[in-house]
Amino acid sequence: MTEKREGGIARTNEKLIMDAGDIARVLTRIAHEIVERNKGVNLVALVGIRTGGVHLAHRLAKRIHAIEGVSVPIGELDITLYRDDLALRKNQPVLRKTSIPFDLAGKAVVLVDDVLFTGRTIRAAMDGLMDLGRPEEIQLAVLVDRGHRQLPIKANYVGKNLPTSREETVRVLLEEYGEEDRVVIIKPLS
Amino acid sequence: MGLKRKDLLSLASLSVDEIMLILDTADSFKEVTGREIKKVPALRGKTVVNLFFEPSTRTRTSFELAAKRLSADVINFSPSTSSVVKGETLLDTARNIEAMQADIIVLRHASAGAADTLARGVKSSVINAGDGWHEHPTQALLDLYTIRRRGLEFKGLRVAIVGDVAHSRVARSNLYALTKLGADVRLIGPPTMMPYGVERLGAKVYHDMDKGLEGAQVIMMLRLQLERQGRALFPTIREYARLYGLTAERVRLAEPGAIVMHPGPINRGVEIAPDVADSLSSVILDQVANGVAVRMGVLYLMSASG
Repeated sequence: MTEKREGGIARTNEKLIMDAGDIARVLTRIAHEIVERNKGVNLVALVGIRTGGVHLAHRLAKRIHAIEGVSVPIGELDITLYRDDLALRKNQPVLRKTSIPFDLAGKAVVLVDDVLFTGRTIRAAMDGLMDLGRPEEIQLAVLVDRGHRQLPIKANYVGKNLPTSREETVRVLLEEYGEEDRVVIIKPLS
Repeated sequence: MGLKRKDLLSLASLSVDEIMLILDTADSFKEVTGREIKKVPALRGKTVVNLFFEPSTRTRTSFELAAKRLSADVINFSPSTSSVVKGETLLDTARNIEAMQADIIVLRHASAGAADTLARGVKSSVINAGDGWHEHPTQALLDLYTIRRRGLEFKGLRVAIVGDVAHSRVARSNLYALTKLGADVRLIGPPTMMPYGVERLGAKVYHDMDKGLEGAQVIMMLRLQLERQGRALFPTIREYARLYGLTAERVRLAEPGAIVMHPGPINRGVEIAPDVADSLSSVILDQVANGVAVRMGVLYLMSASG
């Protein structure tokens, strides 16, 4: 899990990839796609991956409600305990809480994350989800797919495909963090 | 960020931030212990050794369950206490355990400072599960967690700790942590059971239980160590129970809604009346349940490879 989404890097090398309007339109499209693919949302549940995915899941739920008039159940998943690099770390990451306040059995669960990168987070999320119940199906929605997969994982719903180099950092900044909605690429200071 | 230390030896040495980090981490594990599948892979491939030189069912089982729910391998090592000569055997045993490549050693020992000695002698992380009359940090942490889960704030919290404070590592760990967190701690017990000069740690001492309980929001009962009765700390068990036993009438002297805690095992009818132990204000079984989540949190935080 090498995604670096927050902190530590000077803003000067930022390049704007998506602004607030882009993000809003993309989320609206994904909401429609989720409705279409699942032929309605009766069995659909959204599970956001902490932290960015949780905010996006809530935004998607709002849009789905506007389209279908149905409030889909929303869960929050902390994947820390399922990371594949726990045994290697010098310091344990801070744990947050998982909360899935509905029965996963029979649900078409849409995992929601902000950035899809190596795929290791999604592997961890699927393992975590399976320990909590037996969903009928797991789908994946991401705001940005930046490539460089290290596992055979593919998203069902992609906001934007973004070719990047490994050295670059993709950050999704959201109003929920007190930022203006935007996606930026940060190039390393060379 | 994590807990940047190799060992958990005492609460006297932890900062407020470190204590809070442990409680927050425990909260995440509390959710795990409520699941149908109560197991996560976080400590896969790690080995936890429970090294208990003193008999203990509760603490050892709690650590064992916590380690297993984190997918660690657990070994229970209980050397016979009769042949233990302080220091010598401990370090010898430690070498054996190091040879087993233990990542974390959970130590219970009759001598104060044993965990500290062990920690300096081995590379593995050491968790103190009770050393003599010194400290029992995970017990106090689970007490703090239980208090917080009841929605009580530590700042200004009125906590009465009742019983043989002098010989209680549970009391000491709680006293260090609670005063650090800004609680108002009262110690209640006969003079023979109060450590000399304990007021300097920021606690008020009461020999009259009824006075000490006034307005308390948390009543923490200590087990009367019946095995110490020969030491003439009190004339008879009956007299002790009359002066320092927690009865329903005495609970009414405390703040309405006050919670009653006990680290177990309880002596019904001695330090705590049966109807109080079983009452709604008693959180004794919550403490046991929370103990697993808190120990999962501690094991998780201590398992970093650095």
